[in-house]
Amino acid sequence: MTDFITPSSQLKTRKSAEKRFQWYGRGAIIASLVFLVVMVGSILYKGSGAFTTTDVAIVVDLGPEAVDPANPQDARFEKIVKDALKARFPEATKRADRRKLYGLVSNDAGFELERFVLANPDKLGGEVRVWFRASDDFDILLKGTVDRTVDESERRLSDQEIGWIDTLLADGDVKRGFNWSFFTNGDSREPELAGILSALVGSALTLLVCFCFSFPVGILAAIYLEEFAPKNRFSDIIEVNINNLAAVPSIVFGLLGLSMLLNTFGMPRSSPLVGGLVLSLMTLPTIIIAARASLRAVPPSIREAALGMGASPVQATFHHVAPLALPGIMTGTIVGMAQALGETAPLLMIGMVAFIVDVPQSILEPATALPVQIFLWADAPERAFLEKTSAAIIVLLLFLITMNLLAIVLRRRFEKRF
Amino acid sequence: MFTKTLCVSAIALATAAAAPAFARDQIKIVGSSTVFPFSTTVAERFGKSTEFKTPVVESTGSGGGLKLFCAGVGEDTPDITNASRRIKESEVKTCAENGVTDIVEAKIGYDGIVLANSKESDQLSISLGDLFMALAKDVPGEAGETTPNPYTMWNEINPELPAVKIEVLGPPPTSGTRDAFVELAMEGGCKTVDWVKDLKKTDSDAYKTLCHTIREDGAYVEAGENDNLIVQKLQANPDAFGIFGYSFLEQNSDAVQGAMINGVAPEFELIAEGDYPVSRSLYFYVKKAHVGEVPGIEQFLAEFTSEDAWGEEGYLADKGLIPMTDAEREEGAKAINGLMNLSM
Repeated sequence: MTDFITPSSQLKTRKSAEKRFQWYGRGAIIASLVFLVVMVGSILYKGSGAFTTTDVAIVVDLGPEAVDPANPQDARFEKIVKDALKARFPEATKRADRRKLYGLVSNDAGFELERFVLANPDKLGGEVRVWFRASDDFDILLKGTVDRTVDESERRLSDQEIGWIDTLLADGDVKRGFNWSFFTNGDSREPELAGILSALVGSALTLLVCFCFSFPVGILAAIYLEEFAPKNRFSDIIEVNINNLAAVPSIVFGLLGLSMLLNTFGMPRSSPLVGGLVLSLMTLPTIIIAARASLRAVPPSIREAALGMGASPVQATFHHVAPLALPGIMTGTIVGMAQALGETAPLLMIGMVAFIVDVPQSILEPATALPVQIFLWADAPERAFLEKTSAAIIVLLLFLITMNLLAIVLRRRFEKRF
Repeated sequence: MFTKTLCVSAIALATAAAAPAFARDQIKIVGSSTVFPFSTTVAERFGKSTEFKTPVVESTGSGGGLKLFCAGVGEDTPDITNASRRIKESEVKTCAENGVTDIVEAKIGYDGIVLANSKESDQLSISLGDLFMALAKDVPGEAGETTPNPYTMWNEINPELPAVKIEVLGPPPTSGTRDAFVELAMEGGCKTVDWVKDLKKTDSDAYKTLCHTIREDGAYVEAGENDNLIVQKLQANPDAFGIFGYSFLEQNSDAVQGAMINGVAPEFELIAEGDYPVSRSLYFYVKKAHVGEVPGIEQFLAEFTSEDAWGEEGYLADKGLIPMTDAEREEGAKAINGLMNLSM
């Protein structure tokens, strides 16, 4: 007879197997957390530099000879900046040295001075101390990205340039500040001027189009298939196809967008409209599958009770079943949209991998998207774009977190418990 | 409710801008990823200094750009395409078939392709012939036969080369840099064998296969289109060499060094004077039918061909473009601004 009171060796094995399994599970969680921390940590470490900038103060001559008070916009602002730099460091007399000297400030300096003069006409007529954005080489030297102890031939900045920078630092003519322009500028070929705004707006517009198309279509398809469609061979084929569609590589949707939306319908190339439609083809299957699953999870008693009270099937679905399934549908939609947010491959085919400075004002204007911006900056030769790349990834992650938070908030508001 | 407001506002946004959308008022540029940094720099300057909108520049690759460019005349097609090689006879024909008959060619400068390694190792000095022997799939023998590449170490080819494993990281076949490298470096080295040179006349297909095929046994590693990645891999592995554009060497001069090829180092002046053997010309092509239709094209050309831009001390030189000689620039500017037709 088996003894049920004293623990057998079998029971011991079973218990230790259970313990082991729990430790495997904890190990898996720890491993994924470590990866996450390493990834986010290295991105934050590399990208943090992009949120500060360096500015240099230079005394410029805005006398009547340099800037005509009647027509300030006609002045040669670039020359004024260059003259001011020459006056600051008169020892640079050779052409090559002067070129290096002019390279201390961003090559946007002339335009910066123009904006300053047009905004402050009262400052005209004498010498004025104006802050200019420092060049990217100057900036990353101060951030310590460049090792100034290595041999002169091996770095971008010569001893002479570093000497000038040190003089400026000693005289208090250098200030570091938060890089607001990173959030207010569009893309630029100068790392010190490059900003994320055009890509951010492009991504937002693209996702808006994607949402407006895929959400209603996805929900209607899911509700029909789940609640109304007869179960036969034909609806089986549709179901299999939707599941297959979810696994199609995204570049295929890009090619479809190129041949159908651009070439057949003649929609504008590089526009968020086309981008959003292409991405919504990609997110549709995800939304449909998630929506069907959450509709199926609504207890049949709800449906039957509504029908029993005399509601028509449409009323039962829209008044009772769909609202209960909505939180699940939302989650599916957000997952799909998050996928769409990170997608570059289909955008390549429809011309959204592009250099765009102007912030798009509508869904018909050329735009780019956040992941594309990351891709373009990662490919740029300038060293200072490295930190911009990581900073753009941070912005993308924040965008994603905001989207997920929105989903959680919406879910909390609509969630009903039985 | 939320959805409804969102979508209504999206439609409002779309219709608000729909009115002026027909006549495009923004220049569209496509093409080579090598010319992309230069084209975008000019585009940005142009947008800032004139009342025109900043042109949209897409990076599609030289071949992809020319395909779009030659698709026809009209609002949906690009106005300008960049190329890191000259337009081909066949592409001119496709263009003409689609109604793109008048094309303006603009050569903008040179780009050097460098073979570089980490500064931790010694600088390499290699001839084109030896470089070909190291990277070719089949190597030509003395008597007109070919054998699969037997070399695994650099010093097996030439005792003067270092005794390290051959490992070269380079661009994949889709890249324009790879095309140029194969044409200039590989073919240049291949031709140094006498019987191969004669082969070109007798059997040009066999010649091309021999000279243009890079080995696939792992000594040449396709490292993707991203040159920054190659630079990082070189820093991690001092024995490896990488192939990329001159501007990346210039920006990373503290970490990597360029190999001397045929005794010439990849330096700015030496590439500009044509002494460095692996350098290519960069171009862009303008659709003449769009000049006057899309505002600003003529002014954009003027900006590109100004001394401030493509001159010896222009801002494009700062970005790594190697300028043409004074005479070439003067002649080029005249032809481009005068909208002279392409002649092959």
